[in-house]
Amino acid sequence: MTTFFNEMYEAGATRAPYRQLDAWLEAMPAELRSLKQAEAENLFRRIGITFAVYGEGGDPERLMPFDMFPRVFAQPEWRRLEHGVVQRAKALNLFLSDIYNRGEIVRAGIVPRELVYCNAAFETAVVGFTPPQGVFSHIVGVDLVRTGPDEFFVLEDNCRTPSGVSYMLENREIMMRMFPSLFRENRIAPVDSYPVLLRRTLASVAPKKCTGEPTIAILTPGAYNSAYYEHSFLADLMGVELVEGQDLFVDGEFVWMRTTEGPRKVDVIYRRVDDAFIDPLCFRADSMLGVPGLMDVYRSGGVTICSAPGAGVADDKAIYCFVPDMIRFYLGEEPILNNVPTWQCNKRDDLKYVLENLGELVVKEVHGSGGYGMLVGPKSTKDQIAAFRERIIANPGNYIAQPTLALSTCPTFVGEGVAPRHVDLRPYCLVGDKVTLVPGGLTRVAMNEGSLVVNSSQGGGVKDTWVLAE
Amino acid sequence: MLSRTAANLYWLARYMERAETAARLLEVGERMSLMPNTEGNRNEWEPLLQAAGTYAGFKHKYGDAVQRNVESFMFFDRDNPSSVATCIAGARENGRVVRTALTTQVWDALNTAFQELKALERTARSELPLTTLTEWTLRHTAQVRGAIDATLLRNDGYDFLNLGYFLERADNTARLMDVKYFVLLPRVEFVGSGLDNYQWTTLLRALSAHRAFHWAYGGEVTAGKIAHFLILNQQCPRSLRTCIEGATTHLERLSRGYSKSTAAQTKVRKLYGELAELSVDDVFDEGLHDFLTRFIREVATVGAVVHEVYLSGDIR
Repeated sequence: MTTFFNEMYEAGATRAPYRQLDAWLEAMPAELRSLKQAEAENLFRRIGITFAVYGEGGDPERLMPFDMFPRVFAQPEWRRLEHGVVQRAKALNLFLSDIYNRGEIVRAGIVPRELVYCNAAFETAVVGFTPPQGVFSHIVGVDLVRTGPDEFFVLEDNCRTPSGVSYMLENREIMMRMFPSLFRENRIAPVDSYPVLLRRTLASVAPKKCTGEPTIAILTPGAYNSAYYEHSFLADLMGVELVEGQDLFVDGEFVWMRTTEGPRKVDVIYRRVDDAFIDPLCFRADSMLGVPGLMDVYRSGGVTICSAPGAGVADDKAIYCFVPDMIRFYLGEEPILNNVPTWQCNKRDDLKYVLENLGELVVKEVHGSGGYGMLVGPKSTKDQIAAFRERIIANPGNYIAQPTLALSTCPTFVGEGVAPRHVDLRPYCLVGDKVTLVPGGLTRVAMNEGSLVVNSSQGGGVKDTWVLAE
Repeated sequence: MLSRTAANLYWLARYMERAETAARLLEVGERMSLMPNTEGNRNEWEPLLQAAGTYAGFKHKYGDAVQRNVESFMFFDRDNPSSVATCIAGARENGRVVRTALTTQVWDALNTAFQELKALERTARSELPLTTLTEWTLRHTAQVRGAIDATLLRNDGYDFLNLGYFLERADNTARLMDVKYFVLLPRVEFVGSGLDNYQWTTLLRALSAHRAFHWAYGGEVTAGKIAHFLILNQQCPRSLRTCIEGATTHLERLSRGYSKSTAAQTKVRKLYGELAELSVDDVFDEGLHDFLTRFIREVATVGAVVHEVYLSGDIR
């Protein structure tokens, strides 16, 4: 029987960061709790904080389940995480800069050539190009899990357009509105500087042809995208335009927005559109979401695209295994945050081990996301395991496997009261001329008892994440 | 401001105003159908569809202009681009795309109208008398308009919204007056009769201007006074002159804000200048119907120029 680290209780006592919450929990009768829960849901619905789930029928504009019980970090715990995440974000960017230029890490034999150059996310269009400040991935979302008081593991890196940061901000807003006394009694570090920091980060990577205050825009696929709420929310908070491809055009050396006062030059585009769709002249010709000619302007230094096309090579689950080596190679440091031990099915010995131990492992597709296309061995039936075995044998290079981690749990309000549920954490690291992190992140929680899958598409919810000030 | 954002705001306003007119037209139709029928086969509903410019579309789909069909067509039918349902859904969709340019209160008012519309569409028609539908529409269009006036920042977005409202309203008042023309056309000797006055009064009621008219002109109702009221009176909120004055104001605000005047300002100033010079006699000399037809065309031209210089984003 696996025992799970409980974020709040250790050896029958309440851990220090959670002490104030004891009294709060005590003073919360069931009626008040359901009242507050309804209030929170009403707020989410009125503000319009929804996410879309495709292809499953039902309401396409779903509410994200929100749990009112916060997840808390003491300052020293957070410091360590912060350093670890910053270190990782720096190494990932150095890696990207390297593989699109000299490729030293490949020549040194540390990362296999084919994993980089045969990678579907590798973008030949940016080979030999170095973006402003050498930054390819400007917003790095690092998914972390905890297994003990001092044991954190990185599950995966998100170097393209990690989403969910609007939940981090809105969860905090809603908690402050509903439980102001909690914020009076605890010293909780604010996260609301995130949009200011994001704006500053984007401005710091303005292209070399930009003179004066850079104009920033967020590029969205449109109102039907599942993360549209987040796109408009960030545009609002940063005071920048939210544009669609049709609002932009290329003329001469620059990209322009169509405005009521005529064309206006755009210097930095925070795009929430995938590589394949940003420029039909360079990538998918059938796409209407992008801007014809955008890549030419990008490569000639007329506009900065965040994240850079091709940044996806670094958050691949196969490349993930090499991040600790990257940290040693580029920074000459020991990794602060560990990887989860990972077996790569394209290696013969690893494959053998994985096939023999499928029942205990979590197997993931290299390019999968959102909790789809994975096998959680201990939670699967014999038939499911057998079916997955076939898929792995047919295409071993497409799979990696990890041990089932004893994910920490956090008290969570459930139907019958308060019960432990598994959580993970995604902090958002901003990379520009500086590398910064707000004290907090998105805690995702598996609302179903025993479930280890926290993705929103799989019934996961969210919690406010507190970092206590010193 | 992005041209697309401005276009969405402009159309949001036009759709709301158009929904309101559809409801007002239905009200005119019903009141006219309640008066004693002196003409034998006269049908009150056809002129209404003619004035709305949708008679052909209606005829093709429904055939005879009986009340129930006209109600379906003008309130519920999503195939009719001017029906209340089409317009409210269109306004809400435009609003959803530019959520960031609207206050929560405006969005709330829009979204509530849309959600209630969906409930109405599921309600048995026997439970929805015409007055319920028209009152429902007027209440919600007023709520959206009120939220805009009470909460929205007075920036260029506000000007584009108002431009949409005023141009649509100018067009719609002209069309409502034209109903009168289509009804009266067959028999010129009715002019000045009790029937004639009843029709004019009905028109005023539909514009919620029945009492306002009496305050402004005293008791007697004549075609000349009503034409003056609806075309030239600056106190009447829906008169053609008030609407064009409003459109001019907001276009002037835009040109000051952008430090740049365009063909849109030139066009609207010319139209306003013409209205300001006009007398009721001039209108009747030209012929009311001909005047209204020409006016509707002029307003459409202003709309086209606004689209070209501000909303398309193609002017370099």
